[in-house]
Amino acid sequence: MEFPDDLKYSKEHEWVLVEENVATIGISAFAEHQLGDVVFVELPATGDEVAKDEAMGVVESVKAVSDVYSPVSGEVVEVNDDLPENTELVNDDPYGDGWMVKIEMTDPTDLDDLMDCEEYQKFCAETSG
Amino acid sequence: MEVVDEGSDGRVARVSLLRTPLFEAHRAAGARLVEFAGWEMPVQYEGIMAEHAMVRERAGLFDVSHMGQVEVRGPRALERLQWVTANDVSLLADGRAQYSLLLAPDGGIVDDIIIYRQQADRFLVCVNASNREADVAHMREHCAGADLVDRSDEFALLALQGPRATEVLGELTDTELSEVSSFAFVDATVAGVSCLAARTGYTGEDGWELYCSAASGPALWAAILDAGRDQGVGPAGLGARDTLRLEAALPLYGHELSLEVQPFEARLGWVVKLDKGDSIASAALRQARERGPERKLVGIEVPKGGIARQDHALLDGDRRIGTVTSGTRSPSLGKAIGLGYVEPQLSRVGSEIAVEIRGRKVPARVVALPFYRRPD
Repeated sequence: MEFPDDLKYSKEHEWVLVEENVATIGISAFAEHQLGDVVFVELPATGDEVAKDEAMGVVESVKAVSDVYSPVSGEVVEVNDDLPENTELVNDDPYGDGWMVKIEMTDPTDLDDLMDCEEYQKFCAETSG
Repeated sequence: MEVVDEGSDGRVARVSLLRTPLFEAHRAAGARLVEFAGWEMPVQYEGIMAEHAMVRERAGLFDVSHMGQVEVRGPRALERLQWVTANDVSLLADGRAQYSLLLAPDGGIVDDIIIYRQQADRFLVCVNASNREADVAHMREHCAGADLVDRSDEFALLALQGPRATEVLGELTDTELSEVSSFAFVDATVAGVSCLAARTGYTGEDGWELYCSAASGPALWAAILDAGRDQGVGPAGLGARDTLRLEAALPLYGHELSLEVQPFEARLGWVVKLDKGDSIASAALRQARERGPERKLVGIEVPKGGIARQDHALLDGDRRIGTVTSGTRSPSLGKAIGLGYVEPQLSRVGSEIAVEIRGRKVPARVVALPFYRRPD
């Protein structure tokens, strides 16, 4: 399982790519693997305000329903419109074409609570152990 | 695997799960194991979508050894089974099986079962894992006079399901499987293992359920997978079993069926044979048939906007008219499907209703069942 080292990770298994003040968010390989084949994705709309640690979307596999939490507070500035029709991208390319939303952050210190690649791998090992 | 069970007093207990004779094979195959009805069972190997397609297009092998088997024997076996079940057991000949229901006196469903007649005075009743203890207690109470033996732990139960099932199994036995019709069974030696081989299943496909001794389960499992490998046949988990049965509109106890549900509500009126004579629920069921059901099980489709799941509310405008009992995205049809109970006047195919998904009203439609029927 791959965990790119240029990303930060949340305990709810979202990844965050930070470019200046914008956070791109998706779910990790661990999360998509746990879920299995993703068959439904519901995302916020561009312009929506989201709050740190609150549910902003939903991913569903055949069997399970799982909330997607926003690891940061801010405004949704872009949404991956390909996902609802091509939900398999979440499984096939979780860190690439399977990205979910871009959020313009209101408080960059939100990032301080996130894990780096190494910490997150340890966290996953404990979670699945 | 342990399951953390939080009691009403807030104390946490760790409960060990039961394992089937095939547990090690599942682990070696890299299955994802989950708790189901107190058992540690494979929910998937490669993935639910792939396993679902494998069963529809080729065949898949399921471990369903968690299911229970109760033998009912003796001169009064037939009479007592007639009393406690919905269908007419006297219609069975040796080597024939029947789908039926264990009923409570008020007509509620204790379990859905398959009865195999081995001899005129010997029947094997296959029951759901989640109901095994309740079923045995219910049968002991209402089948006095027949010999009841819970033989669940003696058996491994393997289900090979899909269009290539008969061909793959045929490579492993001298028995002429094509002569065994649907809901018939034979004693057969498969890959050197003595089995009761029944042409039954829970996927909407042609297929077989093989009862063998617990000890010989792993050898039979491995032999079938070896024989099927060239044909693209592999193991399938409970996840695919659920999507397959739902597409075929086969009810699942705890979802569509319960003690609070009567057969006529659950589209199982065909199972109820009131002309067979008095039985445990015959008075209640006669009344229920005259009164007509208060709710009916229907199939629904959700064209877009979400997936209906168990316990979601079904609505007519803003009025609550029922509840979803099972729902998923159908891998074969590529759309969201579900089963649920609605008021009878909205049960007609074509009724436009809605399902409440996470607080949103999403349009849904009542559709004909089953969702999927295998090609002839």
